[in-house]
Amino acid sequence: MAAVTALRSSCRAAGRLVCIHRVRSCSSIRFIKSKYVCVFDKSAFKFSHQQRLFRTSAVSCGQIVQFKLSDIGEGITEVTVKEWYVKEGDSVSQFDSICEVQSDKASVTITSRYDGIIRKLHYSIDDTAFVGKPLVDIEIDASKGVASEEDVVETPPMSHEEHTHQEIKGHKTLATPAVRRLAMENNIKLSEVVGTGKDNRILKEDILNYLAKQTGAILPPSPKAEIVPPQRGAEAVPAAAKDKARKIPVPVSRPIAFAGKDKTEPVTGFQKAMVKTMSAALKIPHFGYSDEVDLTQLVQLREELKPVAEMRGVKLSFMPFFIKAASLGLLQYPILNASLDENCQNVTYKASHNIGVAMDTEQGLIVPNVKNVQVCSVFDIAVELNRLQSLGSAGQLGTSDLTGGTFTLSNIGTIGGTYAKPVILPPEVAIGALGKIQVLPRFNSKGEVVKAQIMNVSWSADHRIIDGATMARFSNLWKSYLESPTSMLLDLK
Amino acid sequence: MGLQSVKNCLWLPCVLRTPKACFWSTAGGGLIIQSVSNDVYQNLAVEDWIHDHMDLEKQQVLFLWRNSPAVVIGRHQNPWQECNLRLLRQKNIKLARRRSGGGTVYHDLGNINLTFFTTRKKYERMENLKLVVKALKALRPQLDVHVTDRYDILLDRQYKISGTAAKLGRTSAYHHCTLLCNADKFVLSSVLKSPFKGLKSNATPSVPALVKNLFEEDTSLTSEMLLDAIAKEYAMQHQIDHHITLINPADETLLPGISDKTKELQTWEWVYGKTPKFSISTCLNMVYKDSVLDVKVNMDVKHGRIEVCNIDLPEQWLPPGLYSELVKSLTGSKFCPNEITALVTALLRVCPQDDELHSRWSLLCENMIRLM
Repeated sequence: MAAVTALRSSCRAAGRLVCIHRVRSCSSIRFIKSKYVCVFDKSAFKFSHQQRLFRTSAVSCGQIVQFKLSDIGEGITEVTVKEWYVKEGDSVSQFDSICEVQSDKASVTITSRYDGIIRKLHYSIDDTAFVGKPLVDIEIDASKGVASEEDVVETPPMSHEEHTHQEIKGHKTLATPAVRRLAMENNIKLSEVVGTGKDNRILKEDILNYLAKQTGAILPPSPKAEIVPPQRGAEAVPAAAKDKARKIPVPVSRPIAFAGKDKTEPVTGFQKAMVKTMSAALKIPHFGYSDEVDLTQLVQLREELKPVAEMRGVKLSFMPFFIKAASLGLLQYPILNASLDENCQNVTYKASHNIGVAMDTEQGLIVPNVKNVQVCSVFDIAVELNRLQSLGSAGQLGTSDLTGGTFTLSNIGTIGGTYAKPVILPPEVAIGALGKIQVLPRFNSKGEVVKAQIMNVSWSADHRIIDGATMARFSNLWKSYLESPTSMLLDLK
Repeated sequence: MGLQSVKNCLWLPCVLRTPKACFWSTAGGGLIIQSVSNDVYQNLAVEDWIHDHMDLEKQQVLFLWRNSPAVVIGRHQNPWQECNLRLLRQKNIKLARRRSGGGTVYHDLGNINLTFFTTRKKYERMENLKLVVKALKALRPQLDVHVTDRYDILLDRQYKISGTAAKLGRTSAYHHCTLLCNADKFVLSSVLKSPFKGLKSNATPSVPALVKNLFEEDTSLTSEMLLDAIAKEYAMQHQIDHHITLINPADETLLPGISDKTKELQTWEWVYGKTPKFSISTCLNMVYKDSVLDVKVNMDVKHGRIEVCNIDLPEQWLPPGLYSELVKSLTGSKFCPNEITALVTALLRVCPQDDELHSRWSLLCENMIRLM
């Protein structure tokens, strides 16, 4: 009983009469969301030392005000509701956007006149709304009073509140009527308060912070000036305790309040595709094999051939060489270009070498493939790669480009890295990841230290049908083609 | 290009250009600005910026701009309904959604845009359009142009040369319109024709109209001349200097926050995701092995994402497990060919490796994706 009385008196002092359903214990005050507790202003607790009495009425609920659709201009009487920005139960501040309506090629954003909670939306999307008729019902604080509803024409909301506004450096101060009243009653000049709300709007917190500085009361540290409002729930309980402790000096260190929030979103699109592919890849027992390749001669060769390709309108990178060398290797070790069926009963040796190239696009990872590399020249591969790359960056790759792959290369080295552990893309059985090309010192045949262009390759293969020796031999063959590119000439078909 | 027009403007005798330093402080009740960029997103962002940040009580603003090829849809429109998205992608024509209402327009450098910024109280579209007509008549008195009560400007009583849209906010408003000077009519008519059948939606539909370029009426007219004539008339009516200030929409110091606005206008969530809820009910005619399959497809799309998806396939045409995987993957995904392609190709990897199955799957998916 005493607890309830104590509660009531502090509430009255705070100026808001609150009907609380139950009070559990003296030490904690539980704020129950029931329809009796309306727009409970938790900052009222910080305010209790002021002993100021606002209007207390027997009715505990806030008042429901019908916000009417104001005049659009040009004699328009009806509009279509196109989008709601709020739903029932949301709290809004003055000037927040409520909905978007359209009338005869004009799109109008309707903003709220009041602070409060949305209690009813009078229209659904695509309904016709009428000027002068209620648009939403907003529940506002009893103490704030009701603005006159007679004027249907919406004069800019700032005007009738502006008699109390003050100018700071030529800018008008933005503050809701409740905030202005608070400032007025405490003889605070709005110009002296720093606003931390949207458009430098002065919020209640700013007034209270300002007051706290003046009276030396301890307040929970306000979070960094962000549009995200501070978490009110956390402040309510410590505030009550701090009331009693207000004469005790400031604590030494204040924790930095972090206003960030976790964000959860569904997995869709490219990510979902990756989830499906990689979950299936888990079933494959991978083994890895890595090596380094000396590309000194290849680098030189490419420098010679680049202008030739450019004259033909094609950008020549290292990939066409890597891809062609891989195809030549697959001719000798066709099991790396195979596919194992679901029950692991049969191995299908694919005739075509459709070599996939991992591509990093804005939306995520995508792997188009170059078809029939076994009958393509290095230049043909370069042309096709150019085509796939431009389609990939435009987001226009088709299903045929993305299906039918038999073997994959991932040139992660263009971004960075040396050794990697690539994941096989089912239904393939092998994949290679290429690191970046680095200039490193190596010994040549004469035992001298020379500059060499070294690249690392990391292969992964399906250990159910590929053994280490096969992978190693394939890798050695591939490596030999790249280390002396002229040897490719012997085996080119 | 923008630079070309700048050079042309410099040659015109009675026009002054000032550097951006004097941008914000002008004596008089009006300000005329012109964008140096032809990027539709940047220019739309400038409109947003002025609408949100400028105080229009003391001075009204006229904003002149031109875009490289782009299709601009209204705030509450449906891009699938309004234009040929495949053609747009093929021709690399940008798609943008503006914040004002109204219908779809095709922009290129032969189509000029005018935006009249005022306070909400002074919002008056008819006056603005009459100003444009007055400017045109002052330039070429023999032109038969007039304003209709649908806020269009017609040439020779039948050809539409200008369309209008508007946006009203809490305290400020803008009215913008186009003016066809020398746009590519062929591209215009082909991109603004949607091949989509079976789309049901409450999105604002566009009203197609017969169009004509002013250039066709009088070959001596250029976009620059029109821009200048309109600026002159505006200056006269607002009693200010005939003085056009150039602005660069990429200038963050002049327009703080503009790059965020530009980025937002380019996001998928804005361009496609803001489409009002719509449903598709169509029939895919798939040619498979000498026979034609009629496959009924029903989909509900909300916020640009597939909410509900129903494909009426012959029984056992696809293994039931795979069919339900397909429907499950499509549900919740963006109604976007790129994303669906990635998803269906990934699904193909994990299903049994059967050529027959693969070809059926590819056939079905390609037809589905063609819808988007």
